[in-house]
Amino acid sequence: MEVKEILFYAIAAFTIFSAGLVAFANKLIYSAFALLFTFLGFAGLYVYLSADFLAVTQIIIYVGGILILVLFGVLMTQKIYDLKALAAHNPLWLSLGGALFIALIIALLISTNIWHAVTPKPFEPTTGLIGKAILGDFLIPFEIASILLLGALIGAVYLARAEEKEK
Amino acid sequence: MPYLIIGAIVFTLGIFTILYKKNAVGILMGVELVLNSVNINFIAFAKFVDRGISGQVIAIFIIILAAAEAAIALAIILNIYRNKTTVDVTELNEMKN
Repeated sequence: MEVKEILFYAIAAFTIFSAGLVAFANKLIYSAFALLFTFLGFAGLYVYLSADFLAVTQIIIYVGGILILVLFGVLMTQKIYDLKALAAHNPLWLSLGGALFIALIIALLISTNIWHAVTPKPFEPTTGLIGKAILGDFLIPFEIASILLLGALIGAVYLARAEEKEK
Repeated sequence: MPYLIIGAIVFTLGIFTILYKKNAVGILMGVELVLNSVNINFIAFAKFVDRGISGQVIAIFIIILAAAEAAIALAIILNIYRNKTTVDVTELNEMKN
């Protein structure tokens, strides 16, 4: 039990630290690699929330898919030696003010309500339950999501190829 | 409760990233942070409050949306970079007038 809690707080601190690194790192490529560790930390937290299927999904889709896309984006759109463009930021106080405003609202929300576990659940595999839920209660959102993915696929191919045709 | 606090902190950092970065790819990273923090809230509620497992299913849909959004956003960003050789969102003001 003790080791479990220590490990939980270690993962939480790791996640928050790398999320902060994403926000404050000067170079975009550092932010991208910090994003990798943030995603891994989130996958660890999902394991603590007895969401084993989601933890693996998180690693496969975020780390294997979205992060690779983001890295492509960083490497293909950067003039790597242009240091001034790499360090361009909006005014710090402005963005910090906006973020602190959001933080204040969320802190009020969290502190004025009492959060306690209503239905404690055992650790158990959730893959079967998720499969039944997707093909049962969530069938229509599932189909709509597949149409959305088809649209995104065609749209991304079209957007990425439109320029070559004109030339 | 600790999960809600982690979610809140990461959400705030994500909003800060969106506001702070001028690079479009950096803004996309902030959006991913926000989506992840929302995800952990959903899964925490699915474990502690919900009797079923709906929160985890909704988290899966959020992951699907995030993947589609990242693909489309990066296609748009690459197009912008090809046309203007910049990804600084403050310099993209063709639609201003």
